[in-house]
Amino acid sequence: MEVRKAFAGTLQSLMEKNEKIVMLDADLAKAGGTFNLRQVFPDRAIDCGIAESNMVSVAAGLSAYGYIPFVSTFAPFLARRAFDQIAVSVVYAGQNVKLIGMDPGIAAELNGGTHMSFEDIAAMRAVSNMVVFEPVDSTQMALALPQIVDYKGPVYIRMFRKETPDVFNKPNYKFDLFKADTIKEGKDISIFVSGLLTADTVAAAEILAKEGIDAEVINIHTIKPIDEQAVLTSAKKTGRVLTVENHNKHGGLFGAVSELLSENLPTRCSYVAIEDKLGVVGKLDELKGYYGLTTQDIVKKAKSLL
Amino acid sequence: MDLKAKTKEIRRLTLSCIASIGVGHVGGCMSIAEVLSVLYSKHMRIDPTNPGKLGRDRLVLSKGHAGPALYATLASFGYFDKKELLTLNKLGTSLPSHCNMQLTPGVDMTAGSLGQGISCGVGLALGSKLSKDGARIYVIVGDGECQEGQVWEAAMFAAHKKLDNLTVFVDNNKMQIDGLTKYIVNIENIADKWRAFGFEVIQVNGHDEDAIDKAITKAKTVADKPTCIILDTIKGHGVSIFEKMGFANHSCPVTVEQLEVSLKELED
Repeated sequence: MEVRKAFAGTLQSLMEKNEKIVMLDADLAKAGGTFNLRQVFPDRAIDCGIAESNMVSVAAGLSAYGYIPFVSTFAPFLARRAFDQIAVSVVYAGQNVKLIGMDPGIAAELNGGTHMSFEDIAAMRAVSNMVVFEPVDSTQMALALPQIVDYKGPVYIRMFRKETPDVFNKPNYKFDLFKADTIKEGKDISIFVSGLLTADTVAAAEILAKEGIDAEVINIHTIKPIDEQAVLTSAKKTGRVLTVENHNKHGGLFGAVSELLSENLPTRCSYVAIEDKLGVVGKLDELKGYYGLTTQDIVKKAKSLL
Repeated sequence: MDLKAKTKEIRRLTLSCIASIGVGHVGGCMSIAEVLSVLYSKHMRIDPTNPGKLGRDRLVLSKGHAGPALYATLASFGYFDKKELLTLNKLGTSLPSHCNMQLTPGVDMTAGSLGQGISCGVGLALGSKLSKDGARIYVIVGDGECQEGQVWEAAMFAAHKKLDNLTVFVDNNKMQIDGLTKYIVNIENIADKWRAFGFEVIQVNGHDEDAIDKAITKAKTVADKPTCIILDTIKGHGVSIFEKMGFANHSCPVTVEQLEVSLKELED
């Protein structure tokens, strides 16, 4: 299922139960899947127009009035353009605003560099008290939303909005916003992955298995606060760590994992991430190839650590 | 206490507050003393014993650097002890230079990064409309602050949403840190700009309590659009040592001697 459909559908049922939830868009409600909420909640699904800074501060005002605002736009228009509003109106002012950054990293595809946030995880991680969550698929998104509503405080949701392999659509999957998910246990190397590249990483682990390499694959859906126990336990077991992310190599998942390990358990680490490059236009698979984010790149990097 | 006496008290308390640390934003605090005096004496539906009361009227001091003037007003109306004013900007204080709603009883919104407070005020006004509680939201922006693009994003949105429970004051003191506003980036004609953005606009002498009172009373009767009250003011008004400095009074030292002279000038 498209992640945005899971988001809008789940949010609608939450809005039906909780009249404090409001949805703010900035002329991207159709792209974000939230446009039809306006028919159901004409007062609580609001278009703020193409003015993201205002939208974020308006959300802070609504929060100060007791509402739980969700604001949504493309990731760079939040994490880059409205960074000061997020830091001051929302976080410094102690407000409970949920921020949806859509089409992160190479997911912006044909929109190219202006719309590609390679730095949003780094920026949002550096803001005090911000929770940074990146769902893998529609299952995680749908299960996360009620927990995000119940959690009091700012949350940045890094949302790939389109159709994506449903990695977690399986019986008995239990989701905890603050607990990482072990997808495959292994003993030779720990691969920590967030978001878009999770299915590619699972495929890479299967290739590695055929070559006799037993990789452990753990999805870090919440990059801040990171599930320290999950990372440390796995790194201790395997002694080798690879991170995989759709983000610059600086300040994202590689940064979060490296910071944790360097202080608590110095471990040999490497990354599959964007090599400090700028955005270009292209289709998703082309971009994965261009930036070195393919299944084969993951296999190669994993082997280089062994 | 009549309005003029209340304004003088706010000025005395503000200057004492700033003098306690020896430096601060004197000019922009003094230019809004009258509007604070009129709002809290005659218009804000508030309960100083219950600062977080639901459905209360709220004030956003979007020009957050004028915090001391708001703190003086809040202390004067019983939100906290006047002695607390002497803790301004001392480590651990509940009274920082720029307003912080998490620290100060009676401060309804954090502000200081210019342009953001008015958007927050628009959010509060929207919240009140959704809640149907009849509250009024007041926002004070600086004239220099109107150089921030976000002010106009907020203005356009507020008018589009017909937020007639929102009143924005522009402290039109015509000065900013680097000099006269007209020589930095001219914002005139400011009344036409707000009108063009869909606001009812009233322009008054910002140092005339009766004129401000009438303007606020009129704003309450305006339907289907927000109101902007432009306060023509003088930066540093009421304390001649500082008023004479011109734009240098934006942030300046305040000595014990200057405080004494000024307090005499501000006696009833």
